[in-house]
Amino acid sequence: MDTIYFDNNATTRVAEEVFSEIQPYFCEMYGNPSSMHTFGGQVGVKIREARERVAELLGCEPSEVIFTGCGTESDNTAIMGALSAKPNRRKVITSRVEHPAVLAVCRSLERHGYEVIEVGVDANGRLDFDELDKQVDDDTAIVSIMYANNETGNIFPIERIAELCKSRGVVFHTDAVQAVGKIPLKMSESEIDLLSLSGHKLHAPKGIGVLYVRKGTRLTPYMLGGHQEGGRRAGTENVPGIIGLGKAAELAGANLAEENSRVKALRDKLENAILKSCTDARINGDVENRLPNTSNISFEYIEGEAILLMLDKFGICASSGSACTSGSLEPSHVLRAMGVPFTAAHGSIRFSLSRYNTDEEVDFAIEKIPGIINRLRELSPFVAK
Amino acid sequence: MWEYTDKVRDHFFNPRNVGEVENPDGVGEVGSLACGDALKLTFKLGEDGKIVDAKFKTFGCASAIATSSVLTELIKGMTLEEAANVTNKDIADYLGGLPEQKMHCSVMGREALEAAIDNYRGGGAEKHELEGKVVCNCFGVTDTEIERVIRENDLRTVEDVTNYCKAGGGCGGCKGEIEKMIENIRGEQPEGAPKPKTHEGKTLTNIQKIQLIQETINEQIRPALRAHGGNIELIDVEDDKVIVAFRGMCAQCHLAEFTMKDVVEAKLREFVSEELFVEEDSDSIDESHEHIG
Repeated sequence: MDTIYFDNNATTRVAEEVFSEIQPYFCEMYGNPSSMHTFGGQVGVKIREARERVAELLGCEPSEVIFTGCGTESDNTAIMGALSAKPNRRKVITSRVEHPAVLAVCRSLERHGYEVIEVGVDANGRLDFDELDKQVDDDTAIVSIMYANNETGNIFPIERIAELCKSRGVVFHTDAVQAVGKIPLKMSESEIDLLSLSGHKLHAPKGIGVLYVRKGTRLTPYMLGGHQEGGRRAGTENVPGIIGLGKAAELAGANLAEENSRVKALRDKLENAILKSCTDARINGDVENRLPNTSNISFEYIEGEAILLMLDKFGICASSGSACTSGSLEPSHVLRAMGVPFTAAHGSIRFSLSRYNTDEEVDFAIEKIPGIINRLRELSPFVAK
Repeated sequence: MWEYTDKVRDHFFNPRNVGEVENPDGVGEVGSLACGDALKLTFKLGEDGKIVDAKFKTFGCASAIATSSVLTELIKGMTLEEAANVTNKDIADYLGGLPEQKMHCSVMGREALEAAIDNYRGGGAEKHELEGKVVCNCFGVTDTEIERVIRENDLRTVEDVTNYCKAGGGCGGCKGEIEKMIENIRGEQPEGAPKPKTHEGKTLTNIQKIQLIQETINEQIRPALRAHGGNIELIDVEDDKVIVAFRGMCAQCHLAEFTMKDVVEAKLREFVSEELFVEEDSDSIDESHEHIG
C-alpha cells in the first residue's frame, strides 16, 4: 500500500537533492569545520555556502543566520536570550495559539516573576491586534507571535506587529517554522528582530534549525561552551544538517510559486470535495488568510483519533486536534482559544500538503473520506438515524 | 501513535453489536461530547433472566469503540448479578490490554453497564445519578468514582488516576485532592508524587508566608485558571489579607459558578494558613471579568 502523506506540518520528506548533497559528509568528508587542517576546512566552506543559501531565502545577510539544533531551540534561544539582554524589563507578550516551544517557555517565565500576557484570537483564529497594541509598553522585554499557525495555517499580521514593536523599542520574535518556504520573506525590508525556522518542515533533515538575528539585536547566547556560530551558539556544527538545510532553502526559494499555486489548488480541491460530500463538516481558521497547504476540518459528532486510524488503514496520514491524539485529555489549545465548540474540536482533522503530493492522491482521499465519516457517524450516539 | 493490540484493532474496525436494542430492559448513557467520549448501552433480558441482547453506540477514539464492542460481547449470556460484577479490568483484559492512558475507556464501559443495570432495577429511571462529591470539575468525576478506580486497579499515582478516570487531566487543579485520596486509601505516600508543602502547624515568618502563598498560587491555582484562559497575580500580603488581581478571560471558566475569590481562598487556607482571607485588588477590577466576586 502506498503512503499518502498529508501531514507536512508535522514533518516533511527530505528532498532527493538534499539527500544526495549531504551524503558525502558522513563517511568521506566528516571533518570538523573548526579544525586547522584542509580536511576539516573544506567542510567550513560548505557551511558558509549553506549560510548564504539560507540568507538568500530570508532576504538577509549571512551573518544574521545562526544555525541551531531545531526550531524549538531557536524559539528558546530567542526568548531567553532577549530577556537576559534586557534584565530590567519584566513583561513578555505572546499569543494563546503559539506552539508549545514558545508558550511553555513563556509560561515558565511566570514562575520567575515575569508578567506574561497571552493575546487572544477570535473565532476564526485571527489575532486580537488591539489587545496587543494595548499591552506593548516600555516594560515589555519581548513580543513573540508566530508567523503562521501550525494547526489552522492562519497567517498573522507579522509586519504590522513588527512595526508596532519597533515604534515602542521592543524586541520582536516570530516563530516562522510553518511559514518559511510558503510565504516570501525579505528580512532586509522588515522590522522583525528574531525569526525561527526549522529544517524538517521544508524538506531538510530533522535536527537542524535557524535563528535569524537582526544585526544590532542584543541577544545573550543560550548554549555556552564553544566559539561556533560567532560565539552565539556553542556546539559542534551539525554539518550534514546545515548543508542539507542550505540546499533545502535553495529549493524552497525555487518552489515558492508552486507551493502557492499547484499545492494550493490541491488543498482547495481536497477541502471543497470533503465539505461537499460530508455533512456537519466545517473549516477551522481564516480561509482568506491561510497557508496554501493547510486545511483544518472538523467533523462533528465523531472523534479525531478514530478518523485518523481509519484513514491510516488506507495509508492516508493526517493529524488531529482531538484530545485522544495528544496524550492529554483536552482538545488542542489552539481550537479552544478560538472557542471552537467541543462537538467540533474533538473531531478536527488537519490535512497539510506539500509539493510531493499528487492529484491522484487527492482523488483517492476524496473517494475514501466520506465512507469513513459515515461509518463513524453510524456508531455515534449523537447522530440521529 | 498508540500501540493497540490486534484485538482492539479488530473490534474497532469490525465493531460487534452496533446500534440500539428495541424495547430495551436497561439503558445506560455515560460521558458527553465535551469530555471527548460517550457511550450508550442498551440490553434486553431473556425469560431466564440472562442478557440475550446488548448493543452500543459510541462517540470516541478507537479504544472507546473497541471497549464498547467487547463489552456487549462479554455480557451476553450473563445474569444481571454476573454482569454487575464485571470490572473495568475484565474489559481491558479481554482486549489483551489497553495503553495506560486509555484505561479510562474501560472504566467508561463499566460505568455504562452499571448505569444500564441501575436503570433496569430502578424501573427505567431517567438518569444514573452521580454519587459522591465532584472532585474534578473539568470532567465531572466524583470522589466515589476516583476511590473506586484506585481500589479496583491498585493505583498509586495521580497520573494513574488520570489515566483511569480522567480526573486531574484538565486544568490539574484537583491533583492535590486526588493525591490525598490515594494517601488515605493506601495509608502511605504515593510513589513519585511530591507532597504539597504545608506549614504543618509551624509558625511562618512573614517572608516564608509570602513565599508559600506565591508557590501555592503558582502550583495549585494558576494552572487551573490558565487552562481556561485566565490568570492571577499576587499583588500584596498584609498580615492575613492576601490581595490578588485576576487577569485574562474568565468567561468560559468552569469555575464561573463559584466566585474566583472563594476558590483562591480555599486553596490558600488548605496549603498555607487557615487564617488567610483574600481580597481582589480594586484597581484591577474591570468590565472584562465582572462575574468575579
